[in-house]
Amino acid sequence: MIKRVNFQRHKPLAFLLLAPQMLVLAIFVFWPAAQALYQAFTVSDPFGQRSTFVWFDNFRDVLTSPEYFNSIYRTAIFSSGTTASAVLAGLAFAVLVDRVVRGKSVYRLLVIWPYAVAPVLAGVLWLFLFHPIYGAIALMLKQGFGVAWNPLLDGNDAMLLVIVAAAWKQVSYNFVFFLAALQAIPRSLIEAAAIDGAGPVRRFVSIVFPLISPTTFFLLVINVVYAFFDTFGIIHALTQGGPGGATDILVYKVYADGFLGLDLGLSSAQSVILMILVIGLTAVQFRFLERRVKYAQ
Amino acid sequence: MIERTPWLDLVCHILLIAGVVAVCLPLYYALIAATHTLPDVLQVPMPLTPGNELWTNLKTAMARGDLGRQLVNSLIVSVGVTVGKIALSILSAFAITYFRFPFRMTAFWLIFATLMLPIEVRIVPTYAVAAHPLQGLGWLLDQTGLRGPLESLTGWNVEAVVKWSLLDSYAGLILPLMASATATFLFRQLFLTIPEELLEAAKIDGASPMRFLIDVLWPMSRTNVVALTVILFVFGWNQYLWPLLITTEASMTTAVIGLSKQISAAPEAVPKWNTLMAGALLITLPPVMVVVALQRWFVKGLVDSEK
Repeated sequence: MIKRVNFQRHKPLAFLLLAPQMLVLAIFVFWPAAQALYQAFTVSDPFGQRSTFVWFDNFRDVLTSPEYFNSIYRTAIFSSGTTASAVLAGLAFAVLVDRVVRGKSVYRLLVIWPYAVAPVLAGVLWLFLFHPIYGAIALMLKQGFGVAWNPLLDGNDAMLLVIVAAAWKQVSYNFVFFLAALQAIPRSLIEAAAIDGAGPVRRFVSIVFPLISPTTFFLLVINVVYAFFDTFGIIHALTQGGPGGATDILVYKVYADGFLGLDLGLSSAQSVILMILVIGLTAVQFRFLERRVKYAQ
Repeated sequence: MIERTPWLDLVCHILLIAGVVAVCLPLYYALIAATHTLPDVLQVPMPLTPGNELWTNLKTAMARGDLGRQLVNSLIVSVGVTVGKIALSILSAFAITYFRFPFRMTAFWLIFATLMLPIEVRIVPTYAVAAHPLQGLGWLLDQTGLRGPLESLTGWNVEAVVKWSLLDSYAGLILPLMASATATFLFRQLFLTIPEELLEAAKIDGASPMRFLIDVLWPMSRTNVVALTVILFVFGWNQYLWPLLITTEASMTTAVIGLSKQISAAPEAVPKWNTLMAGALLITLPPVMVVVALQRWFVKGLVDSEK
C-alpha cells in the first residue's frame, strides 16, 4: 500500500532513505543466508581453502545421523514443555488478575518483571535454586521426598531445569497478551451469561475461552518460536547440550557443529532446515493474523 | 464485578499470592545469596533472610572480570541498537509509504523476508561476514582484475581495507542487530493511518519531504517510539548469541556474557555464588527498572510489535 498523496518528484531521496536499512540487510542478513545455502551443498576441507559441490550429501548426513534425531526429539520435548507450561501459567495469571479487584496492579507488576531478565540469567537464577548440593528446591526434594535430584548428571533433570527457566521467562509475555484479550471481551456478554445463571467456571468455558482462542493460538506459535530460537543462552550457559545430549536442541546443535565441531557443511545444512522451519512457522503466524483482523472488523 | 463471591475471591487471592511467590522466588534467593558471605551461602540449609554483606559482594562483583566496563558496554550496545533500529525503520517506512519509485514493493518484501532469517539460523556465515565485512569486495576486485590498477592509481592499500574486521568492536556488536522488520512494519502501519490531508496541507505550505517527516510524522509517532524503545532496550541489553561470538576480550563484551562466562569457566569448582548473584542483580536491574517504570509503554510496545 502507498499513500494516495505522495512525493512524486523525489525518487533519489526515497532510495537514500532506504539505503541504510538495505545495506545492513544485504551485508548481515542476505549475504550470510545465501552463504549458508551455498555451504549446505558443499564440503570444505578443514582449513577452509577449497570446497566441492556435493548436492544433497550434507542433508543426507544430517537426516540419517542418530544425533540429529536425538536433537529433534529433545527439541520437541523442550519446546512443547516450555510452550505448554508458559501458556498455561500465563493464562492462569491473566484470568486471576482479571478477576480480582484489590491489588491488581501489584500482582501485574510482580508477574511482568521477569520479561526483562536475560534468558541466561534466568537460567542462572534457577540453577541456583535447583543446584544438587546447595539449591533450596533441590534440598527440599531430597529431604522431603527422597528424590535424588541432579541436573548436572541426569538428563531428565537437566531437561526439566531448562524448561522451568525458559518457561518462567516467557510467562510474563503470555500474561500481557491474555490479560489484554480478556479485557477486550465485552462486559455485556459476561453479564448476560451471569443473568442466565452461568457461574464463573461455566462462563469461562463457554464464553471467555472461545473468545480468546485466537490469542491462545497466536501465543502458541510465538512460544514455539521462542523455545526454538531464543533459548540458546539458557542451554549454552547451563547444560551445553548435555548431559549426554539430553538438552541438545536444534539451535544449539547448529552452533556446536559449526563453531565447536567446525563442520561447516553439516552446520549449514542444519541452518537451511531451520530456515525452512521458520518460514513455515511465520506462514502459520501470518495466516492466523489475517484471521484475527477479520475477527476485529 | 458480576456477582459477590467472597470465597471464590479469597481462593483467587491465595492462588495469585502462591503464583507470585513462585515467580519471585529466584529473585529472592538471588538477593539472599548476594547479601551473605560465601560460607554462609554454602551452608545447608541456606539462610532464609537477607544478611548484611550486600555492599561487599557488590564491590567484589564489580571488581571481578571487568563487570563495570561490561555494564557500560551493555549500555552502549542497547542504546545503539535501539536508536539504530528506530532510525532505520522510520526512514524505510517513510520511503515505502510516501514515495513512488521503482522496486518499492521489492524493498518491502526484502525487509519482510528478514523475519524468516533470524540470526540463530545463519550463525556461522554471519560470523564470517562480521570478521571481514569487505572480503566480498576484495574477491570482486580480484575477479575483475581491478585490484592492481586501483592500488596503483589511488594509493589505497586494498589488503588493509579487506582485512578490516568488526570483531571486538562496538560496530560489530551493534550493526548486525540494527535491521528490523517488525519495527519497519509498525511504523508503516502507523503512517498508513495518518490522514492524507496532512501531506496535502504540508505540500501546499511548501514543505520538503524531510521537513514533513521531522515536523509532522515524527511528533505523531512519538508514543510508538517510546513503547518500542522499552522493548528494544531490553532486547539489546539481553542479547546473548551475537555478543558471545563477536567478542573475545573481556573488556569488549557485554555484562550478560561476562557473567555467564564466570559460571561456565569452572564447571567443577564451586562458583562464588554470593558475588555471582550480586553481579546478576546488578545486570538485571537496568532492564527491569525500565520495564517497571515504563510499564504502560512496555505493554503497548509488546502488543504493538506483534501486529
